[in-house]
Amino acid sequence: MKVALFIPCYIDQFYPNVGMATVRILEAFGIHPEFPEAQTCCGQPMANSGCMTEAKPLAENFIRTFAPYDYVVSPSGSCVSMVRNHYDHLVSPQDPDAPRVRTGTLELSEFLVNVLKVQPPTGEFAQQVGLHQSCHGLRELRLGPSSEVMRPRESLIQTLLSGLRGIRFSELARKDECCGFGGTFAVAEEAVSCMMGEDRVNDHMKAGTQVLTAGDMSCLMHLDGIIRRRKVGIRVMHFAEILAEAMKA
Amino acid sequence: MGHPTLAAEFTGNRERAQWHDKALWFVREKRDRMATSVPEWELLRETASAIKQHTQSCLADYLEQFEANAIRNGAIVHWAADAHEHNEIVLSILQKHKVRRLVKSKSMLTEECHLNPCLEEHGIEVIDTDLGERIVQLRQEPPSHIVLPAIHIKKEEVGECFHEHLGTEKGASDPKYLTEAARNHLRECFCTADAGLTGVNFAIAETGGIVICTNEGNADLGVGMPKVHIACMGIEKLIPRAEDLSVFLRLLARSATGQPVTTYSSHFHGPQEGGELHIVLVDNGRSNILKSEFRRSLNCIRCGACMNTCPVYRRSGGHSYQSTVPGPIGSILTPLQTPEKHNTLPFACSLCGSCTDVCPVQIDLHHQLFAMREMLDGKQLIGTSKKLSMKFASTLLSHPWMVNLAGKVARTALRWLPRFMIYNPLNAWGRQRELPEPPRKSFRQMFSDYRSKK
Repeated sequence: MKVALFIPCYIDQFYPNVGMATVRILEAFGIHPEFPEAQTCCGQPMANSGCMTEAKPLAENFIRTFAPYDYVVSPSGSCVSMVRNHYDHLVSPQDPDAPRVRTGTLELSEFLVNVLKVQPPTGEFAQQVGLHQSCHGLRELRLGPSSEVMRPRESLIQTLLSGLRGIRFSELARKDECCGFGGTFAVAEEAVSCMMGEDRVNDHMKAGTQVLTAGDMSCLMHLDGIIRRRKVGIRVMHFAEILAEAMKA
Repeated sequence: MGHPTLAAEFTGNRERAQWHDKALWFVREKRDRMATSVPEWELLRETASAIKQHTQSCLADYLEQFEANAIRNGAIVHWAADAHEHNEIVLSILQKHKVRRLVKSKSMLTEECHLNPCLEEHGIEVIDTDLGERIVQLRQEPPSHIVLPAIHIKKEEVGECFHEHLGTEKGASDPKYLTEAARNHLRECFCTADAGLTGVNFAIAETGGIVICTNEGNADLGVGMPKVHIACMGIEKLIPRAEDLSVFLRLLARSATGQPVTTYSSHFHGPQEGGELHIVLVDNGRSNILKSEFRRSLNCIRCGACMNTCPVYRRSGGHSYQSTVPGPIGSILTPLQTPEKHNTLPFACSLCGSCTDVCPVQIDLHHQLFAMREMLDGKQLIGTSKKLSMKFASTLLSHPWMVNLAGKVARTALRWLPRFMIYNPLNAWGRQRELPEPPRKSFRQMFSDYRSKK
């Protein structure tokens, strides 16, 4: 199985440890991923702004870069959703590699649970963890149950974390409300974005969250920005970092 | 003034914005409890969506069938291509009957067509009889929500408004007392009105009947006394069969307010004895939407669930949308009509997708909002600075070496620049948030070091 890592541009530049944690977990499960150097960005910021012409070359570069691989694994539900759900619109239907690359691009928890079919890892993480259900992971990739839909569904990230000794999960008043990041929304609608983020942080504080986690570092970047500005004592970790730390990977 | 400015004003009063958010979240939670109690909820949503899409696929035929059956029932059917024609039709009916006072139950369509000011210009007194609508009418402001028109107003403010207009005691804010005052006031209006106007929730092609849902019974009271009943509806309100109501009536109130069913679901098949029933079928841009990729937005049954769940709507208030229909569905429907004026609405959305999941007729709201943005870019309406920054970013991100260089420069700058230079007034991110702490090495560098060590 030839597996490539897709490390989103902002994780590459600002959260290299999240990328390294992803590498270590995959290695612990016997996968040695490659990192194709030609990768940059999935094009989501442009596409979300309506600028499809500007997103197109990035989508084409993505398909080209990852065509030689069976799977593309990424620690970001949002970028994976961009590839899976919006590339049909951006890449020529004649491109022979596009359909395969699109469907083979998976978010980390999906790859671990649905492809590798791993058992929840053991290890110790004696903290109360607040799981932020990132919207694109939840409502685009269906990595967990969204509170609006009356159908049961397993939360993949929670399943993966649930085997850790000592871990406890926060009971939130609003289980899956958006954090307010939303890409360029965070800046274009700064006031609402920050109020949404503050409300999420408050919910976690009330619930006693010690470590705030998610499958999307972009949500966490926004929430962490608010947490650090307000000097709230909540530690922010991508779920890959929690697993890597607990598994001593 | 665009949505971000008005939203910032609304959130600026944090205590009030939080109160507004909580009031609507309460309704969303009630909806959740109701939806949970129906085991076949998701099947109902799928069925409702399928019925609506089928109806739209042969709308012209169903409209003609409806017209023929409604005429057979004794109704008079009018066709209006746009808001202007709609208002002219209503006005001419009222003038023919020398109507001086009109009672009106809730109709978003007449809000969309700005009927009230048109009638008032011609000397007709219009009284909105839905309690929430009456409150905003007395305050001379538009509704802020399609189901809960006065959700942005606190009971104390209603007390002030009623004191001024209805003569209630100064400082009174007891909802029971205020409602009683409104009831007495409206009863008098019902008794003295010359005509009643209602909206339409569902029009049934096979019977020619119309169904109007209210919780206050104001539609029934409004058309019970006067001899003239005018029912105004957008052409998308049509459903093929009476039995289809068994799907929609179960979804509507549960989604809207978390009730099992609206208190009154009234069926009208023709005029009352000696009276007239006029049905005005209005297009006003709907045929164009039907031809576009935004067709599914015509599924909408105006339940307001997308507003109640929208984290942006709850925190920015309905008026920040400057549109008859606010929230997610309004951010599609309104810019389709007036893209220049409403170009910020499709961006008043974090693309969280909660609206899509809550929608009882499965409109893919957040995907449509995403597509709207592309449409606006095609019309060069997304703003020059956004367009330029995206062009710049696209070029930069097309070259890994440029990304590496720019990333390195940014990380170094963030480490070394003094705080006041980073957190300057142009840095919207940094107004209420810290930037990420810049690491020394990028992932690329770390990974290549890691692999070379092995």
